[in-house]
Amino acid sequence: MIRVEGLTKDYGQRRAISNLNFEAKQGEVVGFLGPNGAGKTTTIRILTGFMPPTDGTAIVAGYDVITESLEVRKRVGYLPETVPLYTDMTAFEYLKFMADLRQIPDSSDRADETLEMIGLESRANSYIGNLSKGMRQRVGLGQALIHHPEVLILDEPTIGLDPGQVVEVRNLIREMGKQRTVLLSTHILSEAQQICDRVLIINKGKIIAEDTPQNLQARLVGSERVSLRVRGEADELPKLLHKVKGVQKVEAMPDGSVEFQFAPGQDVRPEVAKAVINAEYDLLEMRPVGMSLEEIFLELTREDSNSRRKEK
Amino acid sequence: MRNAFTIARREYHRFFTSPIAYVVAFVIFLVIGILFALNIQFYYQNAISGGLGGQSSAPGVNIITGPFSFLLLLSIPALTMRLVADENRMGTIELLLTAPVRDWELIVGKWLGGFFYMLTIIAVTLIFPLILNSLETPGIDQKVMMSAYLGLILLSATFIALGVGASSLFTNQIAAFFITLGVFILLWWLIGIPAQVISTGADIFSYLDMTAHFNSMNSGVINLSDVVYYLSLIALGLFTGTAAVEARRWS
Repeated sequence: MIRVEGLTKDYGQRRAISNLNFEAKQGEVVGFLGPNGAGKTTTIRILTGFMPPTDGTAIVAGYDVITESLEVRKRVGYLPETVPLYTDMTAFEYLKFMADLRQIPDSSDRADETLEMIGLESRANSYIGNLSKGMRQRVGLGQALIHHPEVLILDEPTIGLDPGQVVEVRNLIREMGKQRTVLLSTHILSEAQQICDRVLIINKGKIIAEDTPQNLQARLVGSERVSLRVRGEADELPKLLHKVKGVQKVEAMPDGSVEFQFAPGQDVRPEVAKAVINAEYDLLEMRPVGMSLEEIFLELTREDSNSRRKEK
Repeated sequence: MRNAFTIARREYHRFFTSPIAYVVAFVIFLVIGILFALNIQFYYQNAISGGLGGQSSAPGVNIITGPFSFLLLLSIPALTMRLVADENRMGTIELLLTAPVRDWELIVGKWLGGFFYMLTIIAVTLIFPLILNSLETPGIDQKVMMSAYLGLILLSATFIALGVGASSLFTNQIAAFFITLGVFILLWWLIGIPAQVISTGADIFSYLDMTAHFNSMNSGVINLSDVVYYLSLIALGLFTGTAAVEARRWS
């Protein structure tokens, strides 16, 4: 469980985050999304007890990060952005060292167990300096999981991995998220869309949106959009669609498909399908097109800077 | 405290996987060995040719511990420079500061790791007094030997604590090295000088002079004030280190 109230951090004159409020419950994967320099890492470093905030409170796993930092640190698993590894240690030695620091009784057994979980049993005695980037990332993740933490905080966990490894790590995170609280930061929007139950969008130190990925989409788009594809030439198709009642904004796409919109709650898809078939087209595909998180994100950050300009 | 030992154990092992620790050990053994052999040879020749006019007292343990103290002064900055500075540079400090480790445990662990390494080297050099003991009748003065070795142990504990303190202040190892060496030179040679030229406060400067504290133990006299001197400097080094780590959190 993570609860943050009025969290603020200043670096000298510069305000890195200002008055953040959010919550993450057990069994929830919360995505922390924002461009570089938005304040994600700062927030994470406060939550993990690395640095104290200037103002506000944060409760992690039931303890205050300022007054009970040590208790928080016992219960949090943390993977920093630059994975902190000792390249002169083997994977096993490193994990055993971390288990010892966490005062786990059978640290050797736990290190073996963790190596198995991250799929690196065969490289247990390889020096970390000789492991590939993906393997190192997994060792870092192993370190964060070794004490079976209540709360898992991951700063850009899939950065620099190849696509196969990305999928692997995402699956691992989703698995972890079933019993724990997971907070992960990313600037890859599709990643947040895939793994997170809830997304917090942060820009310039402020939370500008917070919702499920689905709701965020629905909230911003205002109407539903459908892509339609038929066999052969579709030049006459837009005209045909215009005739169907309730269809708005028909658009022929460069790839030969046609997109149209309709107001939420007035589903015109059955009528469209009938009209298309009656006009003797071969209907190949009809699918909803959501606004991607990328677009939502750009939209939100643009709005934010526009409103700021107006204030001035 | 258990965490401090976990960190100490890791640092101790790390010394034995890094070349610098072997180079330092090798140079220490080599220099002490050569000086030891020359001293014995010199005394032996004098004894045959009738000696230096009655000044021919057999060499004591300080033919080993004297040069050793100088070698400590030169080598410890190189051994301690990376202890914390490297963690700062590599970002691994974030790992230790977000683990349930208190700031002082981290610093004490680093210090103990270096101290145990130096104790190992000191233990190996005990071979020289043993040889000396077998060469002389009735053997060397064992009380002087114990006192001199205690001085050596306290000196290395002090040097390492100051080195760890300096290392915590920097992300750059070379900066840590020169600051540490500068502090040692100040304490070893320079700080006693004002005592000889000024009258007021001379006591303070002569108390701060590290050479004097080392020499008295090296000649077999253990004073409480010497022990207190070393312990205060150890505390200063460890305190500096802890404060530097804490300051890094607030930056």
